Amino acid sequence: MAQFLEALVNGISLGSLYAIIALGYSMVYGIAKMLNFAHGDVIMVGGFAVFILMVSNGWQPLLAVIAAMFICTVLGMLIERLAYKPLRGAPSLAVLITAIGVSYFLQNAAQLLWGANPKFFTILDYGNLTVHIGDSQFNISIGKLLSVAVSVAIMVGLSLFTGKTRIGKSMRAVSEDRGAAQLMGINVNATIAITFAIGSALAAVAGAMLVGVYGVQLSPTTGAMPGIKAFTAAVFGGIGSIPGAMIGGILIGLIEILVGTFVSTDLKDALTFAVLIVMLVAKPTGLLGKPMREKV
Amino acid sequence: MSTKTKNMLTTLLTLGMTALAFLLCQLAIVNDWSWMTSTLKGQLVNICAWIIMAVSLNLVVGISGELSLGHAGFMSLGAFSAIIVGSWLKRGMGMESGELRFVIAALSAVLVAGIGGFLIGIPVLRLKGDYLAIVTLAFGQIISNVLRLLYVTVDTDTGSLAMALKIGSGTPKLPGKDIIKGAQGASRMPQDATFVIGFILVMLTLLIVLNLNNSRSGRAIRAIRDNRIAAEAMGLRVTKYKLMAFVTGSALAGLAGALYGLNQSSLQATFFEYNKSIEVLVYVVLGGIGNIWGSIISATTLTILPEMLRSFSEYRMLIYAIVLILVMLATNNPVIKGWFRMVSGRISDRRNRKTGKKEARP
Repeated sequence: MAQFLEALVNGISLGSLYAIIALGYSMVYGIAKMLNFAHGDVIMVGGFAVFILMVSNGWQPLLAVIAAMFICTVLGMLIERLAYKPLRGAPSLAVLITAIGVSYFLQNAAQLLWGANPKFFTILDYGNLTVHIGDSQFNISIGKLLSVAVSVAIMVGLSLFTGKTRIGKSMRAVSEDRGAAQLMGINVNATIAITFAIGSALAAVAGAMLVGVYGVQLSPTTGAMPGIKAFTAAVFGGIGSIPGAMIGGILIGLIEILVGTFVSTDLKDALTFAVLIVMLVAKPTGLLGKPMREKV
Repeated sequence: MSTKTKNMLTTLLTLGMTALAFLLCQLAIVNDWSWMTSTLKGQLVNICAWIIMAVSLNLVVGISGELSLGHAGFMSLGAFSAIIVGSWLKRGMGMESGELRFVIAALSAVLVAGIGGFLIGIPVLRLKGDYLAIVTLAFGQIISNVLRLLYVTVDTDTGSLAMALKIGSGTPKLPGKDIIKGAQGASRMPQDATFVIGFILVMLTLLIVLNLNNSRSGRAIRAIRDNRIAAEAMGLRVTKYKLMAFVTGSALAGLAGALYGLNQSSLQATFFEYNKSIEVLVYVVLGGIGNIWGSIISATTLTILPEMLRSFSEYRMLIYAIVLILVMLATNNPVIKGWFRMVSGRISDRRNRKTGKKEARP
C-alpha cells in the first residue's frame, strides 16, 4: 500500500514535469503545424543556464531559473526566426529535418561550450516528507511536491492565458485555421513567435526541475529522452490540445513509474511505449484530439 | 518513348552508375590511389549498408508516403539475428566459408525483419501522418529496449544455442560462450561482410525497389499515397499495398542490418535508437523524397562527411548541423527557390533565343 502510494505520488510528479514539456510540443504543433524536435535540447540549454548562473556565479536559485527562462525565450524565438520562419509553407518533412538540424546544432554547441562531463545541481531541496500508514511508511521529497505545485500553476496560468487574453485567443484562432485567422487581421507570424517564446520558457523551467529536483545528470544529450517521452505524452493526449498535453504527460509519468516499480525497471520504456501504441491504435487521434476531417 | 522503356532505362542507368562507382572504388583499392584513404576503405561496407537503409526508407517514406521514424529498429532486428546465426554457424557448427555463413545469416535477418515489419505494420498502418510517425518511433524504442535485455550464448562443443531475456535484477546465467550480452551488446561475431558482398546487396536492393516502383503494385502504392480515397474508390486494397511497401522496406532494412552487424567487431542495441532512424530520414529527405538516386548520393556523402570534416576536429558535428540546416533552407525557402528558378529560366531563355526555339514557361 505504502509502496503503491509512493509510486503514485512519484508518478504524478514526474508526469507533471512531462506535461510542462509536452505543452511546449503541443502548442507549437497546434499553431505552427510542425514537430519541433529541438524542444528537448532547449530544455538542456535551460538546465545549463541554471547551472552556470547558480553554481558557477552563485546566483539565487529562483533568480537563476527566471534568467534561464529569459535566455531560453530568446533562444526559442531566435531559432524560430532563423530556421523555421524561412520555411513557412514548405513541406512538413523539410521543416522536420531542419528541426533535427537545430537539435544537432544545440547538442554539439553545448558539447563545445560546456563539455560532456555530467554536471549536477539541486533546487527546491527541502528534505523529505514522511508519511506513516499503519506500520508502513514512505518518503516523498518536498521538492517534488513543490515542482508539482509549480507545474499545476503553470497549467492553470496557461489555460487562462489561452482562454481569456487577446493573444491567447489569436493563438487558438491560428491553430484552428491559419488562413482565416490572417484574414481576420491576426498577425500570424507574431503569434507563432509568441508560441515559441512561451514553449521555450516552459522548457527552461522543465530543465531546471529535471536536473535540480529529479537528479537527472546534465550533459548535452540530457534533453533528448525526456523530450521524446514528452512528445509521446503530447501525442497520447491528442497533439495540439493543451488539456490533452497535461493529461497525457501525467498519464505517461504515472505509467512509467508504476511499471518501473511493479513490473520491471528494465522494461519500463518498452511498456510505456507499448501502452501508447495500444492507445493510439484504439483511438487514432489521442485522448482529446479532434478527429481529422477529410475532404473528398 | 513509352513509359515502360523509359522506366527500364532509368533502372539500367541507376544500376550501371552504381556498378561504375563500385569499379572505380575497386580500382582505387588495387592501385592504391591517394583519395582512397584507409579510413575511407574502412567505411566502404558501412556506406553500402546506409545506402540500403536510405533506399529502403525511401520506399516507405517517398514512394508509399508514410513517415516512419523506426527504420533503425528493423535494422537492429536484422543485425542481431544475423549476428546470432553467423556466430552460431561459425562457433557452434564450425562452418568455414565466410560467404556461405553470410548468406544464411542475411537470409535469416531478412526473414526476421520482414516478419517484424508485418506484425508492426498491421496496427501502425491504420494510423496517419504524425501519429504513424510516433508509433513507428515507439516500436523502434521498444525493439531497442528489448534487445538491450537479450542474452544469447552458444555451446561451442554441441552447437546448441541458449537465449534469455533479463527481467528483474541479476543477469541470467546461460551455458556456453557469449554471443550477445545484454546492454554490453554483441562481440566476437564473424566479420564476414566484404565490400563485394555490400555492392551485390546494394544492387539487389536497387533492383527490388526500382522494380516494385515500376510495377503494377508500385503504381497502386503511389496512387494510394497521392489520394487514398480516390485509390480506394478505384478498387485498390489500401492495406495490402501499404503493407507491401512497409514489409519490403523493413526486410531490406534487416538486410542492411546484417551487412552492418557482420562488419563490426562489437555492437550495442542502443546504437539503433531513434537517433539512427532520424539520421537515415535525413539521408532520404536531403537526397529528395521519392528519388532513389538522391538517397544513394546523400547516404554516401553524409557517411563520409563527418570523416572528411575530421580536420575541423571538435567542430565537425557542429559544421554538419549547420550544413544540414543551410541545405534545407536553400532547397525549401520559397524566395531562394524562386531565385534559382529565375536564374535557370534566364539561362534557358538565352539558349532558346540562340536556337530560335520557343518554350512555354509556367
